[in-house]
Amino acid sequence: MAERYIVVGGGLAGLMTVIKLAEAGKHVDVFSIVPVKRSHSVCAQGGINGAVNTKGEGDHPDIHVKDTLKGGDFLAEQPPVKGMCYAAPQIIYLLDRMGVPFNRTSEGLLDFRRFGGTLHHRTAFAGASTGQQLLYALDEQVRRYEHDGLVRKYEYWEYLSFIKDEQGACRGIAALDLRTMEIEAFAADAVCLATGGPGIVYGRSTNSTINTGSANGRSYMDGAIYANAEFVQVHPTAIPGEDKHRLMSESARGEGGRVWVPKQKGDKRRGKDIPENERWYFLEEKYPRYGNLVPRDVGSREIFAVVKDLGMGVEGQDAVYLDVSHIPAAILDRKLGGIMEIYEKFQGVDPRHEPMKIFPAVHYSMGGLWCDYEADAKNDMVPGSPRQQMTNIPGLYAAGECDYAYHGANRLGANSLLSCIYAGMIAGPAMISYARNNMKAKGDVPGSLLAAGKKQWDERFNAIYKMSGPENPYVIGQQMGDLMIKSATVVKSNAQLDVALGEIQRLKESWKRCNVLDTGRTVNQSAAYVNQLWNMLEIAHLILKASRLRDESRGSHYKPEFVLPKPTTAKPTDDAEFMAAWKARNDRWLRNSMGTWTPEGPRVEFQELQSLKNPILAPEPRHYD
Amino acid sequence: MRSKIMSDKVIVRIERSDGPGHPSRWEEFQVDRRPNANVISVLMQIQRNPVTTEGKTTTPPAWDAACLEEVCGSCTMLINGKVRQACSALIDKLSQPVTLQPMKKFPLVRDLIVDRQKMFDALKRVRAWVPIDGTYDLGPGPKQSPEVTELRYVLSTCMTCGCCLEVCPQVAPGTAFLGAAAISQVRLFNSHPTGAMNASERLHGLMGEGGVADCGKAANCIDACPKGIPLTSSIADMARETTKQALKDWFLRDERKGGAGPTG
Repeated sequence: MAERYIVVGGGLAGLMTVIKLAEAGKHVDVFSIVPVKRSHSVCAQGGINGAVNTKGEGDHPDIHVKDTLKGGDFLAEQPPVKGMCYAAPQIIYLLDRMGVPFNRTSEGLLDFRRFGGTLHHRTAFAGASTGQQLLYALDEQVRRYEHDGLVRKYEYWEYLSFIKDEQGACRGIAALDLRTMEIEAFAADAVCLATGGPGIVYGRSTNSTINTGSANGRSYMDGAIYANAEFVQVHPTAIPGEDKHRLMSESARGEGGRVWVPKQKGDKRRGKDIPENERWYFLEEKYPRYGNLVPRDVGSREIFAVVKDLGMGVEGQDAVYLDVSHIPAAILDRKLGGIMEIYEKFQGVDPRHEPMKIFPAVHYSMGGLWCDYEADAKNDMVPGSPRQQMTNIPGLYAAGECDYAYHGANRLGANSLLSCIYAGMIAGPAMISYARNNMKAKGDVPGSLLAAGKKQWDERFNAIYKMSGPENPYVIGQQMGDLMIKSATVVKSNAQLDVALGEIQRLKESWKRCNVLDTGRTVNQSAAYVNQLWNMLEIAHLILKASRLRDESRGSHYKPEFVLPKPTTAKPTDDAEFMAAWKARNDRWLRNSMGTWTPEGPRVEFQELQSLKNPILAPEPRHYD
Repeated sequence: MRSKIMSDKVIVRIERSDGPGHPSRWEEFQVDRRPNANVISVLMQIQRNPVTTEGKTTTPPAWDAACLEEVCGSCTMLINGKVRQACSALIDKLSQPVTLQPMKKFPLVRDLIVDRQKMFDALKRVRAWVPIDGTYDLGPGPKQSPEVTELRYVLSTCMTCGCCLEVCPQVAPGTAFLGAAAISQVRLFNSHPTGAMNASERLHGLMGEGGVADCGKAANCIDACPKGIPLTSSIADMARETTKQALKDWFLRDERKGGAGPTG
């Protein structure tokens, strides 16, 4: 019998994994809680990075590697980053061949624009809905394989857990049909989780409502290591909303957008009526080289400082201006059409003529399921090694935002679409290598194992249907979001984190007093949510715990109590005292936090990065002045 | 009194059903009005307190949603009788009570959720993909002019939401018409330099029962499309191309004997 493959999640990472498997002639079952074409990858706006160097700037994958590692303050294993950056140009060409309508130059070549954390034009883009266009391209290729009979889609199915054999290896999954509420167990020789990030743990974020992180949380509860949970990116520019915060792409700044506040505190005039010399372009002033295109962690902190510390938010609100109104409308429509439309539709103001009011919002999790890699002595990734993207559970892989691998302590803009696709490209062949060996050694998945997996979940859901306490689960979810926003975003403090660790325990107790709200067996969304909510509480708990334990500031994780003193020289390396402090910090904290679940709560250990023994680049102080 | 309620409350009437074969019923809810509220945020308020205006505790209404910024297509429903996405339906711009209903041209699943699988099936029928040789490193794609790319970009923003089918008089339970979305996708792929090599396969997908000839030219689709996709010109273009293809098929009928015929 042929090996069986399961991919959970139909965003960019999942679909790329499916394509790699199907291209090798393998049959794949893909599970997704929504039709795969509606996955969260559609929300990515600005573009995808690749050092194609078409602008005569001398860009090179090595510079992309350096920007990425430095952007993440060196908290990423280096060979996968190198593999990704070197694969980037061919990934962009591949997407072009698939028909993605990338913006073009007058010669008909791919156009590239600026993005944060680099000084090069490195970002290929399709208007300002690049993620949507990329996802559609992969969706179309998968549909072709579906048409050819190699791919079977289980849409409106939710992953519940992986199924482990006696040796602790993954042999399949249990899943819930969200329409009929039937639970089934599915056998597989290799499973890839491509289930995205946990943004909804924060209540409102730039994420889709489906990004609960439930699959990741449950896998962590079942023994998968969840690494660097404390690194959650807050994007500097989003429109605050009642239901979600809508992203205003970094590409707005890549195309020349400027961030400012009125110099006069509480200025009541409309933004467009405030003359140039009365505007404070605080990012450009403080960061003359990178200006508005500083990395996201830096941008969000600066906006927080201006609004929260100086009280200089627009009209006294939690807002600063993001201004593109000096750019001709025709260019805006061609290069940023998608986000111009979003601002106009949701705010009722035309950003082509008036500055936009924006504020930072939770956006992306750098942390996620820990996964392995295999590189040779030259730090090149070994093609087809079964270790690529494999979690600590044999046979269970992770790819995309749900993995922890590529972005260290802070992700650079337009690197996420790339990391999703690259992770999928190497996960597929790795799964094939693993599954072939595994089949030989172990044979078919025993029916008893599947039956036990199903039974466990039938019992769990039968218990959920009986929950009739006083607490509304959606209210608990909202309280969890408020707590996380308050405790684990741009500025963290140990005092608040201690409070939050107590609060999260209280919310876990409240969960036990939940009311399921609906006992039916047709699209019972609240029963599914009650199950998700517990998994979200577990992830939230781990984010808080890891944040509490990491007593330093690195990338998106910022504790004012633990900030290195500013170097006194223009080049930090010239300041011996600073360098000693910097080195001492790295010796202690340049480590991955490895979260393992225990019934008493998360256990977090800090582990050295394996690639720093033979690094591609030695870590250096991170500065963008 | 009524006007006071109107100003700080939102009244929503939802057409609900427990599933196919179950009768539908209306339930009314009243929630606090919040700044920048949209239909989704109101549905979320109801989830947190699923009690009708009569004080009856009910189940939270079921609806589809994901991105909430009008790029995924999930939350399409009838709002005050008009088909659109719930995320971009701002409460301040809607007359009250706000009525929410499931789309009527698709099989009902529950409450506001319908089954739009036939739209994805249609994409298979018309082979809406570029048949690439493989995902290996095969170098850059073909050069394309910015003008062609800009048209392709607009066509490619179709999120398979179903608005165009919902308003189409030719689409009804039991009819086979593919609808504007799939027809426009043929135009998208046939205008790609590589995709054009298989143009005839896709055109054959638009011929025969339910194909482009079934369009009744009501042109409701173009007004309903939330992305401003030029659906009527896509349909006109594809109608022309399928006519040409039919002639070509007729002239080449002898050559093709023994080969693959039209795959309508």
